[in-house]
Amino acid sequence: MIQAIFFYVFAASAVVMALAVVSARNPIYSAMALIGCLLSVASIFALQSAHLMALLQVMVYAGAIMVLILFVLMLLNLSPQELGERRVTVRRVTGAYLIGAIVTLLMVRLTKHLWAPASALDPNFGTIEEVGMILYTKYLLPFEMVSLLLLAAIIGAVVLTRKEKGDGQ
Amino acid sequence: MWIDYLVWTLQNLLFPLVIPVVLLTGVILAVWVERRGAAFIQDRVGPNRVHIFGFRNAGLMQPIADALKLLVKEEFMPEKADRFLFFLAPALSMIPALLTFMVIPFGDVLVLGKYEIPLQVADLNVGVLFIFAIASLGVFGVVLGGWSPDNKYSILGGLRSSAQMISYEISMGLSIIGILIVFESVRLNDIVQMQGDLLFGFLPRWGIVVQPVGFLLFFIAALAETNRIPFDLPEAEAEIVAGYHLEYSSFKFSMFFMAEYVNMMVASGFIVSLFLGGWQIPWAPTEMLVEWKGPLVAAALQVGMFVFKLWFLMWVFVWIRWTLPRFRYDQLMSLGWRVMLPLALANIFVTSIVPFVLGVY
Repeated sequence: MIQAIFFYVFAASAVVMALAVVSARNPIYSAMALIGCLLSVASIFALQSAHLMALLQVMVYAGAIMVLILFVLMLLNLSPQELGERRVTVRRVTGAYLIGAIVTLLMVRLTKHLWAPASALDPNFGTIEEVGMILYTKYLLPFEMVSLLLLAAIIGAVVLTRKEKGDGQ
Repeated sequence: MWIDYLVWTLQNLLFPLVIPVVLLTGVILAVWVERRGAAFIQDRVGPNRVHIFGFRNAGLMQPIADALKLLVKEEFMPEKADRFLFFLAPALSMIPALLTFMVIPFGDVLVLGKYEIPLQVADLNVGVLFIFAIASLGVFGVVLGGWSPDNKYSILGGLRSSAQMISYEISMGLSIIGILIVFESVRLNDIVQMQGDLLFGFLPRWGIVVQPVGFLLFFIAALAETNRIPFDLPEAEAEIVAGYHLEYSSFKFSMFFMAEYVNMMVASGFIVSLFLGGWQIPWAPTEMLVEWKGPLVAAALQVGMFVFKLWFLMWVFVWIRWTLPRFRYDQLMSLGWRVMLPLALANIFVTSIVPFVLGVY
């Protein structure tokens, strides 16, 4: 019962925050709303006993990536003039229509499973041990491939920002 | 049964409410330790004049006077400030600081008859990660506090501080992986429980004994994360006036100020739990204490031990602050990325390979 109440609170705040992300005029407010949205989604993860996922969501997205996004926004420091006026263009209307269509389709598909009987979860579900076991056995190959991809991205970032000797200055 | 309700209330309502109060009271004590400690190290007397009806108590009334002064001072807001974020920033740095203490155990599970009361607000199976996740949110208060007043000095302070916090968070996270490998758990209470064992029959198996390099790296990173000297560049008053809280006055400033001390207490509690045996009294396991004087005395002794260790570390923080000069910004960054990060990685490598060499597996 209490779980259901918390779920609705966090779900509502996730939706409201997501709407604020796209409707806020000031990009800093958008970023703050995105943090709120990510935290709400993390809380829903925690309610679904996926504690590790919840914390990773907070640590990686809310804690690390959003800081970098805020950094960039603050250094750009856009004034209201630079942001331009709020206009309705064909592109925006089409985008809104497409997103609305996708969301409606997803809702229709998902509500079919909404009343499925709840199955009991393994007590180990979502723990670090369990996620680790699955990652290092069943999904070992994809996991290692993703880590290679990330390594390539790290090396790329280092190469791009590195100054050659005698370069500049 | 009414006693069931009592136990439930204690665990679910009282602890979460009492812990922040204890922490904020601790701030008063911490400020006193800081000011008197500074005076002691610099061979002067320090604040000792404030009194209530002649009751001076070694200057312990001074922080109360400080707090009153901060409360009644004029509230100032720069004209061009972003009002909402200017209000939000101090709260954003205070809330994560108070939240992180919730998973730190301050005593063994108290067994009273059939009731088991964990002396900890939340015994999460991802406790260590919880601290990192919530602590990483504290940076937003600093970033927004620097940006919202529209002042070049405060934005410099905010940017410096966030760059520093992100850099040292990485070494901090990597430096405890050794501990997690040794104790094979991410639950803080398990880690503390296992530190009650003895190595070779006499040496407590504390984190600092099995992971000395990890301890050193973590301690340095904790200094940097809490913006303490020698890493207090975010507020370097000689260069950028006061950094991210430059435009703050009155109670909003005191929120930043208190958050710093609460963060220090959380960092100390975390270090104590990971490396200094938490609530464990060396050579005296819980069963022995319970047999000796009963569960309540045992719990009191353990909580006392935890508090003692925490305040010892707080004193070390103060000691370092009034002993060392400040780093230069490039020194700070090169220490973080070129020294601490490789050392932390080497520590993980050695820690994971030693059991194979010794044939433990």
